[in-house]
Amino acid sequence: MGTTASQLGKDLLSEYQELTFLTKQEILLAHKRYSELLSKEDRNLTSVPMEKVLSLPELKSNPFRKRICHVFSTSDMKDGSLTFEDFLDLLSAFSDSATLEIKSHYAFRIFDFDDDGTLDGGDLEKLVNCLTGKTEDTRLTPEEMRQLISNILEESDIDKDGTVNLSEFQHVISRSPDFVRDG
Amino acid sequence: YNRTMKLRRRRQSRPSIKDFSRSARPSIRGYGMETDCMETEGRKRDQLVNNLQNLSLSDRVRMLRAMPLSVAEKSELRYLYSSTILLSTSLSFSSLYPAVHISLSFSIPLSCCLCLSLSTIVSLFFLTISVPLPQVALKRVSGRFGTGVLSYFLFVKTLLFFNIFLFLVTGLLLAVPQAVHPPTLTQGHEAFSGLELLTGGGYFSDSVIYYGYYSNSTLSKDCRPSYNMPLAYFFTIGLAFFITCIILVYSMSKSFGQSFRIDKSHGILAMKVFCSWDFKVIKKTSVKLRSENICIQLRELLEETSRKHVQKTACQRIGRVLVHVLAWFICIGSTVACVLALYYFSEYMHKDPLLKEASLLALPVVVSLINLLLPGIFNATAWMEEYDSPSVNTYIAISRNLMLKVSVLVVLCFHWLGRICWESFVGQELYRFLLMDFIFTILDTFFGEFLWRLFSQRVLKRKRKPVFDISRNVLELIYGQTLAWLGVLFTPLLPAVQIIKLLLLFYMKQTSVMMNCQSPRKPYRASQMSTIFITLLCCPSFLGAAVCVSYTMWSIRPSESCGPFRSLSTMFQSGKLWVKELETHNPNLAWLAWAHSYIVENPLFLFLAAGIFLIVIYFNTQVVDGQRKIISLLQEQIENVTSLNSLIQYLNPS
Repeated sequence: MGTTASQLGKDLLSEYQELTFLTKQEILLAHKRYSELLSKEDRNLTSVPMEKVLSLPELKSNPFRKRICHVFSTSDMKDGSLTFEDFLDLLSAFSDSATLEIKSHYAFRIFDFDDDGTLDGGDLEKLVNCLTGKTEDTRLTPEEMRQLISNILEESDIDKDGTVNLSEFQHVISRSPDFVRDG
Repeated sequence: YNRTMKLRRRRQSRPSIKDFSRSARPSIRGYGMETDCMETEGRKRDQLVNNLQNLSLSDRVRMLRAMPLSVAEKSELRYLYSSTILLSTSLSFSSLYPAVHISLSFSIPLSCCLCLSLSTIVSLFFLTISVPLPQVALKRVSGRFGTGVLSYFLFVKTLLFFNIFLFLVTGLLLAVPQAVHPPTLTQGHEAFSGLELLTGGGYFSDSVIYYGYYSNSTLSKDCRPSYNMPLAYFFTIGLAFFITCIILVYSMSKSFGQSFRIDKSHGILAMKVFCSWDFKVIKKTSVKLRSENICIQLRELLEETSRKHVQKTACQRIGRVLVHVLAWFICIGSTVACVLALYYFSEYMHKDPLLKEASLLALPVVVSLINLLLPGIFNATAWMEEYDSPSVNTYIAISRNLMLKVSVLVVLCFHWLGRICWESFVGQELYRFLLMDFIFTILDTFFGEFLWRLFSQRVLKRKRKPVFDISRNVLELIYGQTLAWLGVLFTPLLPAVQIIKLLLLFYMKQTSVMMNCQSPRKPYRASQMSTIFITLLCCPSFLGAAVCVSYTMWSIRPSESCGPFRSLSTMFQSGKLWVKELETHNPNLAWLAWAHSYIVENPLFLFLAAGIFLIVIYFNTQVVDGQRKIISLLQEQIENVTSLNSLIQYLNPS
């Protein structure tokens, strides 16, 4: 690990250890994987374009991969490109030691397809379609979708405004202990 | 803008983050995630930096980590608050870091020695377990199959920990001293032949493995300190069981606490939609499979919610009851038939007390066959019954299997007593049972998974691989562990056999699962199932073994010719004799004898303790009921407030 450790300074490494839920080995491994994504391109680039990130085997088949890139990206152009720090944010939020609040916060943002801060009917429909897959026989019929969305809103919308906000989402999540393991 | 955004704005102006105390979790609810309230950004940040400065270092680090901000923003905050600290940063963070980490992971009051030792045991556990069972293998399994199958392998790890602990305790305190002072043998040693590994008899029967080898006197050589063997035996076994009990109850309560939720029945559909995506799954085919599963589950749940209102007719209900009665009749009948057959078979086999080595294996083979075939019959009856909910199905299957295994063990107990050196014989029998169980598991994996997959793919031309049946495999593990716990008293080195067995099983099952199986169709509430597994491990398994061992130590007369308790009426008497001896040698310790006779031997003490325990449980259930009521009241209040707000807006549109 000699060469990679010298690329990532000790101060930076300890700072990242303090600010994220990752251990030292995990940060160094992340740096290695990130550098591999950059290796074919110009070294002076500070952020990796979205297509490259999506080529990672862990994200390739994930139906939420585009949303994940958009949520963790801090670029001004909103093109989903990730800097190394964004990449660390991503890994930290999905690591096993991340708290329920962090995971639920980012999950909410991932599921919020139109970025308006709440999950309305359109967001929920897109979410269910992502979950059930692309093929025709696994998609729900429009009738089933309508019933499902009205059931979800009935169960989780506490203030009855027709959308699920962050607090209501976190309330639903906190009742399911599997969320922390799977996320 | 909708109402929720406005409400959130109003909430932000309240003083944020009041709960900085060590006990409360840092709450991020004061931090909205919108970026459009720019003018409050600066104010928010200053407030945040002020709040962070008032915390201790470990709390600050924990708080900062838990904030849902990007790393760049967090490092800015860190710079802001650390630059205002007068304490010199010449103590670089890298040297403070180990201290921070330790205080985070061991945040327990040091005054409580028991908690400290418990947490050191638990952390030792994590250290030792990560060595033989690699994380990479587990990651591959969870990547393909999700957390349900992973919970099986984690359970194997847990069992491995218990066995390593038992082995260390009994090995160091019993086997090593006795091996260093070998007793003089009355008969000659038998020659070693390979069959011993299977039957446990022959060469092994007069070795440190079994109870009969241990001497009943104080061991001492010329200059070494004396070692009272019977006392050591009694206290070691007692202590090992006691500590195992505490660890089991602790992990069971922790697991239960994590998975218990107050209003569970409400909101299943929303929970399923938000939480069912398993981000650990990587492979494309598994992702597709998962999507299909989710679609099926959602459809089933929708159907259930719309079907809830349909009532069954009286005729249908009677029909269902009859089907259930018939199924239970079949299950109980087959269990009783097998148990009786086992009883007569063992009578026939044990008529002749001097049996040939190989024929000793017949009984374990029959028992393992019964354990293999009868659950198949139970599954068939469950399929006939068609239970509505899959969890009820699982519980009924588990209880039927339990009933079978307990009755088999009870019948065997009748045959183990009444021999010359019955403890060693029981130890040998349990060794044989454990080994046979393992051999049958290997055969079952080979035939049931590998060959079945080949058969279903080539001959039946099915596209799907066979499903990995998690509950059946876990029950087999629990059964093996029960045998190991029963056998520790008679065979102190039995945990070593169990350790080897579990290690081999781990790698074998992992290879088999990757090659031959697919994940189960039904959704796996992994944390709920882990709680059930560990509860089953604690309650019928460990409790039964502990009750049997305590009964043996308390009431049954040890055999006259072998073992460390040769001359005593019960094993427990060795403890009593030691206390009396202490009293005569040292009159200051008379209170110990008094405490012993009035507390340990007096049943009133136990009744009192049980009564207090029940009162505490009742109190806690009342608290939970009250909390449920409060939750429903609060939900009503929230609804009322929003409808009131909308009414006000409607009447006053401005």
